[in-house]
Amino acid sequence: MSTRIILVGLLLSAISGLPGLFMSRHSHLGPRVAACLGGVGCLLGLAGLAHFWFMGPTAPVSVTWSLPGDGLSAGIDGLSAIFLAPVLFLSLLAHVYGLGYWPPSDHPATGVKLRVFLGLLTCGMALLVLARDAILFIFGWEIMALAAFFLVTTEDHKAEAREAGWVYFVATHTSTLILFGMFALLHRVSGSYALAPLAPGALPPGAALAIFVTALGAFGLKAGLMPLHVWLPGAHAAAPSHVSALMSGVLIKMGIYGLVRITSLLPDPPLAWGGATLLLGVVSAVLGVAFAIGQHDLKRLLAYHSIENIGIIVMGLGLALMGRSLGRADLVMLGMAGCLLHVWNHALFKGLLFLSAGAVVHATGTREMDRLGALARRMPHTALAFLVGAIAICGLPPLNGFVSELCIYIGLLRTLSGVGTLAVVGAVFAAPALALVGALAAACFAKAYGTVFLGQARSPIAQVAHEAPWTMTAPMAVLGASCVLIGLVPLLVAPALEAGVVAWAPALMQSAPPLRTWVPLPALSVVGLALLALLGAGSLVLRSRQRQTGVAAGAVWGCGYVAPSASMQYTSASFAQMLVAMFAWALRPRRHGAVAPVLFPARVPVRGHVPEVVLDLFILPPVRLVARVFTALRVLQQGQVNAYLLYVFLALVVLLMWR
Amino acid sequence: MLLNILHTVLHVTVALTLPPLLLGVIGKVKALFAGRVGPRLLQPYYDLFKLARKGSVISQTTTWVFHLGPVMGLVTPLLALLFVPLVDSHAPVSFNGDLILMVYLLGLGRFCTASAALDTGSSFEGMGAARELTFACLAEPALFLGLLVLVKLTGSMELATMLGSSLAGHWPTAGASLVLVLLSWFIVLLLENSRIPFDDPNTHLELTMIHEVMVLDHSGPAFGMILYGASIKLFLFAALLVRLVMPVSTGSLALDWAVLVGGVLIVAVAIGVVESTVARLRMTHVPLLIVAACLLSGFGLVLLLR
Repeated sequence: MSTRIILVGLLLSAISGLPGLFMSRHSHLGPRVAACLGGVGCLLGLAGLAHFWFMGPTAPVSVTWSLPGDGLSAGIDGLSAIFLAPVLFLSLLAHVYGLGYWPPSDHPATGVKLRVFLGLLTCGMALLVLARDAILFIFGWEIMALAAFFLVTTEDHKAEAREAGWVYFVATHTSTLILFGMFALLHRVSGSYALAPLAPGALPPGAALAIFVTALGAFGLKAGLMPLHVWLPGAHAAAPSHVSALMSGVLIKMGIYGLVRITSLLPDPPLAWGGATLLLGVVSAVLGVAFAIGQHDLKRLLAYHSIENIGIIVMGLGLALMGRSLGRADLVMLGMAGCLLHVWNHALFKGLLFLSAGAVVHATGTREMDRLGALARRMPHTALAFLVGAIAICGLPPLNGFVSELCIYIGLLRTLSGVGTLAVVGAVFAAPALALVGALAAACFAKAYGTVFLGQARSPIAQVAHEAPWTMTAPMAVLGASCVLIGLVPLLVAPALEAGVVAWAPALMQSAPPLRTWVPLPALSVVGLALLALLGAGSLVLRSRQRQTGVAAGAVWGCGYVAPSASMQYTSASFAQMLVAMFAWALRPRRHGAVAPVLFPARVPVRGHVPEVVLDLFILPPVRLVARVFTALRVLQQGQVNAYLLYVFLALVVLLMWR
Repeated sequence: MLLNILHTVLHVTVALTLPPLLLGVIGKVKALFAGRVGPRLLQPYYDLFKLARKGSVISQTTTWVFHLGPVMGLVTPLLALLFVPLVDSHAPVSFNGDLILMVYLLGLGRFCTASAALDTGSSFEGMGAARELTFACLAEPALFLGLLVLVKLTGSMELATMLGSSLAGHWPTAGASLVLVLLSWFIVLLLENSRIPFDDPNTHLELTMIHEVMVLDHSGPAFGMILYGASIKLFLFAALLVRLVMPVSTGSLALDWAVLVGGVLIVAVAIGVVESTVARLRMTHVPLLIVAACLLSGFGLVLLLR
């Protein structure tokens, strides 16, 4: 029942952009129809999801067909439900947000295309999460990949978008290629395309390792795990902001879903798998946030934070894998619950941050942080939304980011009491790394929030900014409220998480105690509320004291200097300078132009930026080499159809001879 | 039950009243070293009362975020202090994983103070915020590695047990690790509370400050809140050190409290001695010392795991 309701919703979502194709580009009806259809589709999906959570699972829906494979089958279990919820929730909000952010009056040329592929993206992601066999999984995967490509290149008149789209396209199809290999291996050992758990001992160790490594490659590429993240910053920055929110919030999580699903199918993972996964997560988290600190572009900064958060999610997965190898239910519960909750949390706060960044772009037309400033005065709602998102993403209490990080922390600390050098070293290494990541993220978001929203306006465009319309602020309010709700009452989400953990490792977790035996979820509510109460009381005391003693307005204290100007403020680059220098070994910051070493130097422009090191240094040079070698093959490319037919014929003859 | 309530009342009272005294003790010690009489021991209390009655000047560039900083800077260390056992193994609030909440509450306070500093748009305050957050990135792992040592030793994730009387039994066997943690945490204390050799709370040059420069624009009651919050944070770190060294439980409530208060005052004297005898570090050398603190705690942990 629940699967069928969701599938109907997906159909509605998939066709939501189609009516717009038959209307004028300037018509306001098209976007509204699309938002209604897409919104109703997502609501139906959420209703189906609620049905699953309250009424329990139902039999999967299957159709048979004549093509290879055993037919298509879609169903829902605890894991699917966890990943489906943010897909539908964020899509719903993106549909509403798009009404204000991409109105036909501003973007007549691109709006229709954007809406067609937005609905398809939701449908593709949801299908892949619901898939119970590899064929439908690949279908969903490709619908998602292609729809996302067209969304990234929404503004294909801009070179930046075309380039980002191209890199994304190559990356996503490399990942699909590896995925084909992985499913072929899986089919070879299990004899079917069904995504069903393999019996212990059914898998030769070599094959298990090969499946695990290909899964890490394919899904890591989609999730943006360092160093496979090369496509991610450009694509997130170039896409329209609600698309960035969807991509960062849920699309990259499809890679995580793939990893979680495939690891749930493989029996008896060796301890080294979990250790390697944990290590990869640590690298991704630390370097992701380090790269973020060096960025000047608000949306690129947020994109690098996605890499960081994927790292934290993967750390949880690694911990859970280690727990499964050691047969420890506590590690599995803490790691997997932390991983799954962080998937939700990241969807919420990163969605919120991208939507508020979108409001900034909408109001000012720039993503360059050093041209903004003082937006909190002109856009108070957006500023509040961004602050909530920033506190949540830094993992600070009392918001949701803290809850998931706490699960992972407690899990990591619990490995200290266990046996196994690897587990201990993992914990000793990973727990302080998580503390480092949290502090770095706080530095980065203080920089972003301070530069964009506080201080004085750094350019005229920031002075004339305007608050976003309600269609944009309402989705932000919903996301912000969700962050606060999960942070204050984490017990609410525990049942869904526990269902997900049980679905991931049924044998071990079926009779495990609930999450709150290990994580003090009720205490978090108490402390969170106490913090808010103290904050309120403190603010009241401060305000009443100030009112009694008198307040005068004055200029900022410039240490005696009486005419401070906006250009004297600390810029985002100067804020980050010490940290960028600390991580210079990885970030390779570049500087163009230098101050002449003379007494009275002339005006010299100095620019600095942090390049995408992996792409620029490790991927593009070999790709250019390959391209040069293959130029020789251009001789064959005549552009004549009859020549190509000849090639096809020759190839067939050769193949027949070979047989 | 009644004893618990008594403990909690005492805990909160001490946490609210004692912290400014530490600042007074540090000032007195520094004055003695310099051959001056120095301000009275209770001077910080008078300062707080004075600031509470003063008017404020608030910069026109600021928004409500500017007021969030002082309040959060007071509320978060106060809340975090509730997890720390001041005597015996008793803390008013205690649960599994509260050590992480303590560290992150301090992080929240820091984030809000830095945001309030950036709200003024002053380049000096931006500088201070950048430095504070940068150095915190190294201080947090150092604090954390020390806590890991305690988790490993006591097998508990509650500060009340980790720093409780059961820790005393581990001193004979794991003393080396605990000494390393003690050194590391003392460095973290100096950094987190903007003390020499990291920062000079009394310097007259804004360009060289870290913490103090972030609060340049605050005045009146808001500045009082900041000073009060800073002293509570100092008390929290001092209490951590005291409980690390003397996790004893004598059986007598009065004696236990005397040990704590005496210990905390000794830490304040030690800070005063360090401030009087050590020169300030060059800003570029600050990270080296914090990394050293990380390594000290890290070695402490490695000693336990060998």
